[in-house]
Amino acid sequence: MTDNSTYDLEAIGVSKNFGTFRAVKEVSFDIPSGSFFSILGPSGCGKTTLMRMIAGFEEPSGGDIKIKGKSVLGTPPNKRNVKMVFQHLALFPMMNVYENIAYGLRCNGVGTAEIKRKVQDVLDRIALPDVAEREIHQLSGGQKQRIAIARCMVLDPDVLLLDEPLGALDLKLREAMKIELKLLQHQFNTTFVYITHDQSEALVMSDNVAIMNQGEFEQIGTPQDLYHHPKTAFVAGFVGDSNRWSGVVKASDGTGGKVETEQGLPMSFSSAGKQAIQEGSRVTIFVRPEFIKTVRPSEAESTAEAGDNRMEGVVDSLLFNGANSRVLVRTGSGELVESDVTLTGDNDLKPGEDVQLVWSSRQAMCFADQGSA
Amino acid sequence: MQNKDIKRLSLFLLFAPFALWIILLIILPHIGMVILSLKEKVAPRVYEYSFANYLEFLNEPIYWNTLLRTGSMSLLVTALALLIGFPIAYYIAKIAGPRSRGGLFLLCLIPLWVSDLIRAFGWILLLRETGVISNFLQWTGLVGAPVEFLYNDVAVIIGLTYTVILFMIVPLVSTLDGMDNSMIEAGYNLGGNGFTVLRRIIVPYAMPGIVAGCIVTFMLTAGSYLTPILLGGKNSSWFTEQIYNQFITRFNWEGGAAFGMLLLLFTSLVIWLGLKLSGQTLANTVAKS
Repeated sequence: MTDNSTYDLEAIGVSKNFGTFRAVKEVSFDIPSGSFFSILGPSGCGKTTLMRMIAGFEEPSGGDIKIKGKSVLGTPPNKRNVKMVFQHLALFPMMNVYENIAYGLRCNGVGTAEIKRKVQDVLDRIALPDVAEREIHQLSGGQKQRIAIARCMVLDPDVLLLDEPLGALDLKLREAMKIELKLLQHQFNTTFVYITHDQSEALVMSDNVAIMNQGEFEQIGTPQDLYHHPKTAFVAGFVGDSNRWSGVVKASDGTGGKVETEQGLPMSFSSAGKQAIQEGSRVTIFVRPEFIKTVRPSEAESTAEAGDNRMEGVVDSLLFNGANSRVLVRTGSGELVESDVTLTGDNDLKPGEDVQLVWSSRQAMCFADQGSA
Repeated sequence: MQNKDIKRLSLFLLFAPFALWIILLIILPHIGMVILSLKEKVAPRVYEYSFANYLEFLNEPIYWNTLLRTGSMSLLVTALALLIGFPIAYYIAKIAGPRSRGGLFLLCLIPLWVSDLIRAFGWILLLRETGVISNFLQWTGLVGAPVEFLYNDVAVIIGLTYTVILFMIVPLVSTLDGMDNSMIEAGYNLGGNGFTVLRRIIVPYAMPGIVAGCIVTFMLTAGSYLTPILLGGKNSSWFTEQIYNQFITRFNWEGGAAFGMLLLLFTSLVIWLGLKLSGQTLANTVAKS
């Protein structure tokens, strides 16, 4: 199918200016039907403005937004088949659960019997069949969340927008809701557009993620793609944790080479984002903690083939967090390097121990600094 | 132990002015009024307890007609204040920017710095036969002779609405201010048009503020004296005027006290009915704002 309508939502060069401030700059994307798409970016990057334009609360200053292949410019928010779950959910406190869900159906002039059937149906689908007569303040955080989604889904929207709806929940509930949201999306088979500044939410739930920074999309891709093959330094730094070094390229063959860091350490790298890196250019190198091995000098020989980068250091501290434990190693030049370790509780590394850090040049992602030669 | 005594003393000292106010200015006078209203003069300086004063009110149509007229006109003023005040409050709370909001609110409060009397005279200057509006109409040639706008019901209602509208706007602004904008947006997003959002979301949300404002404006209007007298003249037939007449003109304190109690009972009844009809309670309306 090359038909346009396979995309539920398309944005073509969408911009938004507030006075002289450009909140959203020429953003383009298309979202296939039934997928989970996240827009991930730091606060103030314009992601909420973009979402408000899709919902119709703001008019774009330029570009076009299409829903199911039809431009919605000039269509008021109540005529767009795009529903939104608000950051603080915006459930109506003066109505009970049933009335909250029925509100949209009533606006569409659906008959009473039909409303009753649809509300019960959607409550069954979110696994809360018995809450119809409850007041909003009697619900728990997770239940409110699901009611807010049900209130939108009962209207069969083309696209469901979610504006950081998990932000107000506590950590445990947030983790549970992540999985739940993904399941709900599968169940309803509707296109979800999810806005967040929390990368783990975006990575866990999404089919595709767009990284937004200062009003622009830096990269759109699958979560794995963004994590392992970032196209820009911003993406590499924003998605996942990284150790970073700045340096100057000493030798380059176009796809990889050698760098001397500001601390004067030699390091080999592979070029990321298919950029050709020139000799002498200033670069930033990102290495993820899970790709750095921390070994005792006695074991160093056995890991020789694991990596062509090597650094001496002293264990500064252990950050124990079960399976996600980290070790902070202070290198000879005084900086701290994070590395993932498996702590078994038996003969583990201890602060003060001499260690070697080993990693492969293939995992050292290198980006030329912006605006330099 | 000493510490406990100090605590008790300070609580007592803090509570004393409040208790004095309640007892001396509210409870005692009202008990006095009730007792006074139940007395009947049977001979000079001889009184008996009876309901004669209340019976006189029922037997004389002019009295209860005046009370009903006062009540219905007060309701009209309350409704007008709500109709005019709601858009103003909505604009201040939801549409105006954060900087102009404070200024607009202040503008609403400024008339409160001037006494009722002066504000009523302001209206007289505008509306009287030789006033600004009459002169302007003559100047444009729309009317040939001076027109008297004062001393009719319309003038009374305009003047009263103007006097009490602030007490409608203030509680409305504070409730609407507490309403999350996304609630309104959600109303539109789920398919509601402007009217649906107003009827199903904004008004129900603002109900406590609406009821609080209505109670205050209704009480103030029904109990007002200056504005109806000054703008309505002798034909204003406001119930407070009847009370004044009983006390001062006829020197019939017993009758005046009975009328006072009747006004209190009547307005309380209207408010109770209003609360019942709107499904609100005093606790979440007046007490809240």
